[in-house]
Amino acid sequence: MELDREEERMLKGEEGPAVRKAMELLVAVGEVMGAGRMVKIKSAQVSGVSYGNIGEAGLEFLEDWAENGAKVKVLTTLNPCGMDLERWVEMGIDERYRSKQMSIIEAFRKMGAETTCTCTPYLAGNLPKRGDHIAWSESSAVCYANSVIGARTNREGGPSALAAAIAGRTPFYGLHLEENRAPTVIVEVQTYVRTSYEFSLLGYTVGKIIGAGIPFFKGLRAAESDKLKIMSAALAASGGIAMFHIPGVTPEAESYDKACLERICVDLTELERSRDYLSYGNEADLCCVGCPHCSLNELEELSILLRGRKVSSGKGLWVWTSKVVRDEAKRRGYIKAIEDAGGKVFVDTCMVVCPLERSGFAYMVTNSCKAAHYVPSTSGLKASVAELSEAVEMVLEGR
Amino acid sequence: MELKGRGISKFLGEGEALVTKQGISFFGGVDPETGMVKEAGHELFGKDLTGKVLVFPRGKGSTVGSYIIYQLKKNGHAPAAIVNVETEAIIAAGCILAEIPLVDRLNTDPIENIKSGDWVLVDGRSGKVKVRTEPKKE
Repeated sequence: MELDREEERMLKGEEGPAVRKAMELLVAVGEVMGAGRMVKIKSAQVSGVSYGNIGEAGLEFLEDWAENGAKVKVLTTLNPCGMDLERWVEMGIDERYRSKQMSIIEAFRKMGAETTCTCTPYLAGNLPKRGDHIAWSESSAVCYANSVIGARTNREGGPSALAAAIAGRTPFYGLHLEENRAPTVIVEVQTYVRTSYEFSLLGYTVGKIIGAGIPFFKGLRAAESDKLKIMSAALAASGGIAMFHIPGVTPEAESYDKACLERICVDLTELERSRDYLSYGNEADLCCVGCPHCSLNELEELSILLRGRKVSSGKGLWVWTSKVVRDEAKRRGYIKAIEDAGGKVFVDTCMVVCPLERSGFAYMVTNSCKAAHYVPSTSGLKASVAELSEAVEMVLEGR
Repeated sequence: MELKGRGISKFLGEGEALVTKQGISFFGGVDPETGMVKEAGHELFGKDLTGKVLVFPRGKGSTVGSYIIYQLKKNGHAPAAIVNVETEAIIAAGCILAEIPLVDRLNTDPIENIKSGDWVLVDGRSGKVKVRTEPKKE
């Protein structure tokens, strides 16, 4: 691998042991992936923040690195952690878990990362420009950044994204190169996909069918960012999809030749098959909204849905977002509207990475296929997917 | 016997080989406190990786696996070296962090040519892997 003078210096340890280790890691990953050189990055987004996910191993490593003087060189944001950093008691979190989680956050803080924890960094102050090289590891944000923003990132692992943040570089391979960003398969959508839930089902279905590659969607009408956000999450959960194109919607859709590509068709039957696969049944005691973290518009939509309504006793409506979005939603009155109806709006965490089994609930319904895909294995709750209004209705008192 | 491959993590290690045809997920698959393989149904289930030269096709699973390799090292239960058929980023990152030698892409299939119990020396700097079929006596 060809390194420039600054990179050679880092590798020799002239910027300290932590930077040397970060460069060694990046060079090794670059060699494994066949990268010829490094590329400077504008920002990093690091996964592996929840104590439940990285455990003692991750905590020890992060503390050691922070202790060794590791400092990030670029804007670095974190994935959701295992609890709301303020309202953890309401989530059933105990003191031991809290203190471990806080130590992880503290280690990241020491290294200079922004300690707002979200899977939607692009809604919380980490918004790259088209063409920027970045090193992100949250799979839904990777898919969104490549497809919707036109920034360039591979699906980094937690350790490699952190090393990239510390070195300010990542190996130049995969989706950093123009020629690897072309569509690999055309997806003819033969049903009218309209709501966020339907976009999520579409993403889940296509991810499952193609498994890998870059789909080019035909037959989709307008799709605003919230829908692309939830579809990105689903594509990356059922498949290893890190990028898609939609003509008229995503910035690079017209840049590549699409002749001779394989075609697949997706119709309503297939979306319904995904729904059935992800759904245990038709009841729930907990409705979760916010995978990926809710945008301002989504919180407004919820506050309108809940007008004059109440969450049934014994049931829960848990909503997940970032601190940045929560604060603005608070100023606009959305948070009060949701919480007056009996819902809870949590930040810095989500249903997938928190210990949801401590919530006291047994059966979650959500409008996000990614959440329904992971929750049964991460916390043991049963799960179902439904249209947002129907999912919310399941936990409300009758009119 | 001497095999030649690609040195990814440039350290030196030796030990008794432990060979499997199956991929290994360190996250969820290996207990970082004891070095025991705990993935149900795995060929190496119940085996101790401590001090072994671990030979397997490639890593799989969560990238948290890199941190598990690091913790194994801190707990004194890391393998002495890793030989992969074709490695990937989880194992590569973990070996760098834990300073465990890692070699892959050998000129002959290591899973066929190395047997569990062989004494193996792995040089991550040169990419050379030396195999002695008789276990070394101290």
